Amino acid sequence: MNKLETEAKGMSTRNYSLFYGGFKALNRISIQIPSNRITAFIGPSGCGKSSFLRSFNRMNDLIPGVTTEGEVCIDGRNVADEDVVQLRKKVGMVFQRPNPFPKSVFENVAYGPKLHGVKNRSDLAVVVEKSLKRAALWDEVKDDLHKSGMSLSGGQQQRLCIARAIAVEPEVILMDEPASALDPVATLKIEELMNELKANYTIAIVTHNMQQAARVSDYTAFMLTDENRAGNLIEFGTTKQIFTTPSDTRTEDYITGRFG
Amino acid sequence: MTREIFNKELREVKDKLFQVTGDVRRNLKLSVRYLEKRDMTGAKMIVESDEIINLKVLEIEDLCLSIIATQQPVASDLRLLFSILQISTEIERIGDYAKGIARISLKIGSESLIKPLIDIPGMEQLAGQMLSDAITAFIEDNAVAAESISRRDARIDAMYNQVHRELLTFVMEKRSNINQTIMLDWIAHNLERVGDRVTNICERIIFTVTGNSVDLN
Repeated sequence: MNKLETEAKGMSTRNYSLFYGGFKALNRISIQIPSNRITAFIGPSGCGKSSFLRSFNRMNDLIPGVTTEGEVCIDGRNVADEDVVQLRKKVGMVFQRPNPFPKSVFENVAYGPKLHGVKNRSDLAVVVEKSLKRAALWDEVKDDLHKSGMSLSGGQQQRLCIARAIAVEPEVILMDEPASALDPVATLKIEELMNELKANYTIAIVTHNMQQAARVSDYTAFMLTDENRAGNLIEFGTTKQIFTTPSDTRTEDYITGRFG
Repeated sequence: MTREIFNKELREVKDKLFQVTGDVRRNLKLSVRYLEKRDMTGAKMIVESDEIINLKVLEIEDLCLSIIATQQPVASDLRLLFSILQISTEIERIGDYAKGIARISLKIGSESLIKPLIDIPGMEQLAGQMLSDAITAFIEDNAVAAESISRRDARIDAMYNQVHRELLTFVMEKRSNINQTIMLDWIAHNLERVGDRVTNICERIIFTVTGNSVDLN
């Protein structure tokens, strides 16, 4: 793949700023997020990590008064020009608290494909099985796909949400603190799952847990607010480089816990 | 500045490394002095005290492992702890060289030396000073000093070659000198290795400060 093709594939932003009304929350962020890799966004609360993550599937559009400058691109196309339903098919999202629909395990996973026109029951069954297998949940639920998604444990619910996200064959999965509400064992399962999923998806994760960022990600981006409280991208590099030899002293201070 | 407990633990482990380096430096100096003076009691003391040095190094390792397990250090903190582990191993080996010199001294026993020692104490002086300066550079995070200290190793190597050549002439002169010649050569070789070990320490200092792995040997 040449450089242009590499840039055309995957996610990138150029001089991207985001405003909540008159308040600038993100300041001119430019980044190229590698495909089929896990990129972690770290930084203190309020530095704009989640706002930035939500820019990739235009979740911020739902908030009144939000305006943006610059570009957010997926596969070289500006997300602002895309149909939002198609965009969210391409860019799945998993949230901090597992949020299965109050429906059966089967219906939770089949919901997206149905929305995008898959009607045949056996086709849906294939997608549901494949997605649950990819989300490493199949073995635990295969005997009762019709029980409520809400009856699963927290860790299972989160994997159900991941299965639901990948059922529509996205290219990207955004994860906003996906394990912060889970116990250590469920957390490790999610982390192992992420590692398997990156073969097929590009994953961006926001996490407050620095050890988690160090464990799961290939690349790490460190964000921090400036004197006007606007979030800036301070440093972006391989996770190994960021956690062994960060080049910016602000990154060093944050990850070594000597911040503030 | 936050992480007071972590900072205190890092200071403690650095202090311990500094102390054990002092012990090793002293043993090295005394091992050559007792050789010159043919002091068997002193040489025995060096051999015995090496055990205490080994225990102190184990204590440093134990402290490093406990800090890594409980504080999850990253970036410069991680490089520092990794370097302390490696430097403590180098220090322990330098301690072994001092013990080796004392053991050889005991082997030579009551024989008088075949020559007055000039270059061997000189080598010890150079190598010992390198060691003291290197550990100071480590405590002060001084990579520039570390690089400069490592260059002094060439002088020790040159002195070793000189000692080696000189000792050969003693063998050629008188065959009965051969036993002591080999022993003195081995002592000089131990001191030459001290220079190499200190050079390794200098590499670790540069890594700790800059994150770059360099080969100074």
